[in-house]
Amino acid sequence: MKKSKFSVLALLMAIMLVLAACNSGSKETSNEKEGGSSDSAKSKVLNVNNSSEPGSLHPANAQGTHESWILEHTFEGLTKKTEEGKIVPGVAESWKISEDGLKWTFKLKDGLKWSNGDPLTANDFEYAWKYALKPETAADYAYQLYYLKGGEAYNSKKGKEEDVGVKATDDLTLEVTLEQPTPYFLDLTSFYTFYPIDKKVQEENPKWALDAKTHVSNGPFKLTEWKHKESLKIEKNENYYDKDKIKLDAVNFALIEDENTAWQMYQSGELDIAYPLPVDVQGQLVNSGDKEFKNGAELAVYYYNFNTKVKPFNNAKVRKALSMAIERKKITDNVAQGGQKPAFGVVPPGIPDASGDFQENTGDLFAENVDEAKKLLKEGLAEEGMKELPDFSILYNTLDSHKKIAEAVQGMWRDNLGVEVTLENAEFQVKLDREKAGDFEISRAGWVGDYVDPMTFMLWETDGAYNDADWSNKEYDKYLKEAKSTMEPKERMAALHKAEEVLIDEMPILPVYFYTKPYMVKSNVTGVYAPINAYPNFIYADKK
Amino acid sequence: MIGVITMLRYTLNRFKWAIITLWAVITLTFIIMHTIPGNPFAKEGAMPPAVYENLQVHYGLDKPLLTQYGNYLLEVVQFDFGPSLKSSSISVNDYILKGFPVSLHLGAQALVIAIFFGLILGVVASLKRNKWPDYLSMVIAIVGISVPNFILATILINYFAIKWHIFPVATWATWQHTILPSIALSMMPLAFIARLMRTSMLEVMGQDYILTAKAKGLKRSGVIIKHAIRNALLPIITILGILTANIVTGSFIIERIFGIPGMGDMFVKGISNRDYPVILGSTIVYSAVLILLIFIVDIAYTLIDPRIKVTGEKK
Repeated sequence: MKKSKFSVLALLMAIMLVLAACNSGSKETSNEKEGGSSDSAKSKVLNVNNSSEPGSLHPANAQGTHESWILEHTFEGLTKKTEEGKIVPGVAESWKISEDGLKWTFKLKDGLKWSNGDPLTANDFEYAWKYALKPETAADYAYQLYYLKGGEAYNSKKGKEEDVGVKATDDLTLEVTLEQPTPYFLDLTSFYTFYPIDKKVQEENPKWALDAKTHVSNGPFKLTEWKHKESLKIEKNENYYDKDKIKLDAVNFALIEDENTAWQMYQSGELDIAYPLPVDVQGQLVNSGDKEFKNGAELAVYYYNFNTKVKPFNNAKVRKALSMAIERKKITDNVAQGGQKPAFGVVPPGIPDASGDFQENTGDLFAENVDEAKKLLKEGLAEEGMKELPDFSILYNTLDSHKKIAEAVQGMWRDNLGVEVTLENAEFQVKLDREKAGDFEISRAGWVGDYVDPMTFMLWETDGAYNDADWSNKEYDKYLKEAKSTMEPKERMAALHKAEEVLIDEMPILPVYFYTKPYMVKSNVTGVYAPINAYPNFIYADKK
Repeated sequence: MIGVITMLRYTLNRFKWAIITLWAVITLTFIIMHTIPGNPFAKEGAMPPAVYENLQVHYGLDKPLLTQYGNYLLEVVQFDFGPSLKSSSISVNDYILKGFPVSLHLGAQALVIAIFFGLILGVVASLKRNKWPDYLSMVIAIVGISVPNFILATILINYFAIKWHIFPVATWATWQHTILPSIALSMMPLAFIARLMRTSMLEVMGQDYILTAKAKGLKRSGVIIKHAIRNALLPIITILGILTANIVTGSFIIERIFGIPGMGDMFVKGISNRDYPVILGSTIVYSAVLILLIFIVDIAYTLIDPRIKVTGEKK
């Protein structure tokens, strides 16, 4: 017995030796890492998780949160947003708008510099916007610049570059001509596709954005390290005009895809901000009163599409019946669990109206009512010459949280209406294909607004790109047209309210809830806030 | 002398078939991947046609499929696997060059643990058949096979990283970071090897030549090490090829949980993104590694079992 114990011990020691040998020399970063953490006593370094490798850190080629979170901290557009969501001057010092709302003249701050010391001029904006629109750039988000006059034509090779409505008349003046009056254009100028790029750098080295060594930006931080699929680091940009207000020295971005792992890293202190949080963790935190927990507003709505080309979902009464028969509060409280807000409209809270909040002014556009739902369903089916609902299903992209919500809806329809719906999950790509082909009855969807204006939630124009319900309504189209033709806030907002009312009255989509943005920030970190349509912002953050 | 020539001929013959197999894999993958629904630029909502058109032209996806196929084969021959459709900052070559060594490193560590402890458990179990060491080893083996590695990984993180602060939670920065994922990844092959080794040992121990060896008066340890274990290793080596290929080309789940920049996520995310060059690149690498390892296993056979000989002749 003694002998075997000894041999086990010997084996253990042997394996440890092997393991040590495997690792010695292969990683020299261990000291660096330790050095880094002892350094942090002197320098302020924030650790966050970007979830995924950014596809590109060139403003023209960026297309999602994995890119935008880093870009928002390394670049700055003509305007930027405060914690309260107010639009304030960024690179621009002031601006003038012509009366018809078509001509915008921006005056830039004097003496601005890129992170490499190059002077930043209006030419860099003109160059950047035209670069993003250039067909050869193949930018996903080029359409964000279709607001510019001639932008779409140039991007689709039907127009010329010189006809695009952006021109630097001198080093500090940028003249922008728009296709149609766009009251929210100022909001758009804070969006990353509208960021400038250093013309000189782009012309000398078109691959500048692929490497931290050659990356040049104009924001509060600059990119200093990019280990692909591992991590990124940004450091304070000494050439930033407002650098005295920046307290952090550097920010490390980990690239952890798994939300649970990221949450565990936050718990062990390896991360200072945790976002997004795993669903069950949100559920525990929402009502826990934890001081590190924050729940910001989100510019997004969760809804179901009805395929209005399929009987009996072409009938508004049937659609309304199904919508009235689910209990949204139960879904947000027990299933989604992120403190979401039940949606009785489609425009989420947090968007300014002519005065006040657009969603608050709207209020609830319908009410849940099981008796009314039963009546409507009966009438609707009778109008379509049917006795009961045919076999139909909810199509959703494979994800646990979507499945749970679909199951809840399935149960509510069964209990409240005696209706049986089947659930069908498909891979995201397959779901998109089937929606485009009209091969579904009801499908899950979510929409995140591109800019802070109700217009970004007006998706159901006849033949609109995002109109998967394939719904068409002359009145709705008319109100949208009206809103698009005027700069006068009151008239515009009135038209948008009307459009939303028409939409909800016809219910081609079934709104479920307005998203929230639950995140955690360590208590020694201050100054982090979540803009309504962006990830938590830490430009002005401080760490003790 | 003849042995060397036969060996060379055998190797060349195998190499020829490897190339043909790879070509077949590329062709089949190419056909399947263009048949499944979805496209690399799809997003919620439709993209303006002009933007879509520009992207198609940029990545050469507007050309006829046969042309794309031809171009791809030409590139692959020059070891150029093309750009990733989802990232302008790293090409598929970068993905492989960066991810493969990491996956290899992780896989090698896991494999060392698995083989070492797996063999020991298996041998101990067979020698102490139906006694407590046997039961203990087999309980470990059953747990290893039946507990999915993502659960094991979560448990390891919870105790070793969050509660006891012995190892970091995730990422791949220092050697301490590599311990937990290696253990998590090793459990399944460890259990597999242990069970196989036990069965194989029991079978060998019942053979006549073991009896003979014992009858000759050889020491028990000599019999076990020289005759029993050596012969019992054959089935282990057979599965080792595939096992190694699976482990060193990356585990999507382990790499995802521990945030390891390996090759594992290439396979899965490539497909869900319909990132065509990534799908093809990862399939080729995986096939090549598998083909190579099976070849090595075949050679290893001849070293361990003299009854097996290689021939370069066609049957």
